[in-house]
Amino acid sequence: MRVVIAEDSVLLREGLVGLLERFGHEVVAAVGDAAALIAAVAEQDPDVVVADVRMPPGFSDEGLRAVLELRAARPSLAVLVLSQYVEQTYAAELLDQTRCPGGGGVGYLLKDRIGDVTQFAGAVTTVAGGGTVIDAEVVRQLLRGRRDPVARLSPREREVLALVAEGRSNAAIARALFVTEAAVAKHIASILAKLDLPPDADDHRRVLAVLAYLRAGV
Amino acid sequence: MAAPFLVPAVAPLTPRTALEALAGPPQRFLASAWPWRSLAYLLTGIVPGSAFAAVLTPVRAMDGPAAVPVSLVVAAVLLTPVARFERWRLRYVDRQPVRGLPGGWWPGWREAGHTLVGLFALWWVDLLVAAAAIGGPAVLILSPVVQPIAPEGEATLAETFAGSAVGLLLVPVAAYTVSAWAGARAAMARAMLVPQEAEVREIARSRARLVDAFDAERRRIERDLHDGAQQRLVALSMKLGLAGLDLPPGSPAALRLDEARELAGQALEELRELIRGVHPQVLADRGLPAAVRDVAGRSPVPARADIALDRRLPERVEAAAYYVACEALANVAKHSGAGSCTVRGRLRGARLVLEVADDGRGGADPAGGTGLTGLADRVAAVGGTLTVDSPCGGPTTVRAEIPCER
Repeated sequence: MRVVIAEDSVLLREGLVGLLERFGHEVVAAVGDAAALIAAVAEQDPDVVVADVRMPPGFSDEGLRAVLELRAARPSLAVLVLSQYVEQTYAAELLDQTRCPGGGGVGYLLKDRIGDVTQFAGAVTTVAGGGTVIDAEVVRQLLRGRRDPVARLSPREREVLALVAEGRSNAAIARALFVTEAAVAKHIASILAKLDLPPDADDHRRVLAVLAYLRAGV
Repeated sequence: MAAPFLVPAVAPLTPRTALEALAGPPQRFLASAWPWRSLAYLLTGIVPGSAFAAVLTPVRAMDGPAAVPVSLVVAAVLLTPVARFERWRLRYVDRQPVRGLPGGWWPGWREAGHTLVGLFALWWVDLLVAAAAIGGPAVLILSPVVQPIAPEGEATLAETFAGSAVGLLLVPVAAYTVSAWAGARAAMARAMLVPQEAEVREIARSRARLVDAFDAERRRIERDLHDGAQQRLVALSMKLGLAGLDLPPGSPAALRLDEARELAGQALEELRELIRGVHPQVLADRGLPAAVRDVAGRSPVPARADIALDRRLPERVEAAAYYVACEALANVAKHSGAGSCTVRGRLRGARLVLEVADDGRGGADPAGGTGLTGLADRVAAVGGTLTVDSPCGGPTTVRAEIPCER
């Protein structure tokens, strides 16, 4: 998989390159600011972009803006945004402005998650494959904002809902909760029914529906 | 050994005004520049008054119905330059800075009044004091030269030298007289030119500058932590994760590595919370509504954010309002026992009104805890007010009003 990395800290940038190459991804460019990111994507035409929110020259949200610009120009480009802080505001902008039929995968993760290298590499693969990966912290905040009818879910169902919203597949949820895939499927059917969401076999569409539902209540 | 009783117990180390200098030790005062500065102050005071009188002489000579309006016009034209001059010469006897004149031709009522009093009355007094203080001792000192001596005159040579000695003794007296009058005159000028509200305004301005400086310092700290410690901790945790890949899963070394990564993760989390309190990035990037929405999203008590502003507010207003929202929400979570709360923000004219209302048990006492007092101080520092309405049994509303103009 061809990856472009945009991260202004040299230490982290080189670490990310090593990490992704270790997992068999091909890092075609690693840059340190938003302008270079846009140039690198135009030149390399990668499968997925991994970008830090905050980058030079302004050190505010240049990375996020560049990613949104790239997505607007090429909706099929998969993007994974990393941030030192998880803020719903940024997550909402990313999800709102990248939602379109046939759009590429989207991810928003805390930088802390890089430490779990296997899971992080998996997230890059998921996003590159058109999936959605949302940080558990964002999901926690979204769930906290909803009282009804999320409150009617059983504790187990809330756990499952959180993992669905993070973008995990049924198999991954089963692994995380030490249950069978069949049990996960049953929980999901029950959750969707309680929330009045249409059942959907497609993982990605389901994630988007759940996220849209959770965000509508905040 | 007792100190000479004429020396005041507390004398300012470096006097800032002629009056302060007067109160100091005589030998130091007489050797200082203050008597000369005072004399210069009085002599310069004579300049505008006599100039005005000189200009008016031909006008008076016109002796027709035009004389009065013409002299008023002359006074009006002279007003601003003379007011400027008055301020300028104040520095001779008063080292504390006096703010400059407002622009335009009209210097303001206080300034005009002070200038007119100076032009019409006080310069005469300046002239008299200066003349008496210089003239008296000067004539006495020069008496051996100017006094006709016996047998033609009336005084003897000894008498003239005695007069001269008295004149010399009068010099220090003259120095005190001149400085006392100049100091009193300057104190009067300061009282008229720098009204007390202006000093209060200056205090308020300096407090606002302090708040700005603290905000800038917070931004710098946030930036340093973000670029330094945070990135290193992420890199550390990533290296630990990569090292774990090379170890057989489940081995004791792999387990210890996982624990180390966990610790790095906790450190990152704590650092993030700390930085969020110092200066949240989203506040700088997206403004108050987004930042408050995110704080409300993290609140343990379900909180709704309803902030509708049509523009970005000045930085210090945003920072203060954000601080109010955070602290008030933290209080709701800690003390209120509320089931839900709302943060509302609106612009009312040029004021931001921010309200945090909960449905809890009330009874919050601003005098009791330091939290609400700290909030009130923070709001007051940007010129705003904080009101807390919290009857026993609830509900509680904390309301901050902050002016938004520069």
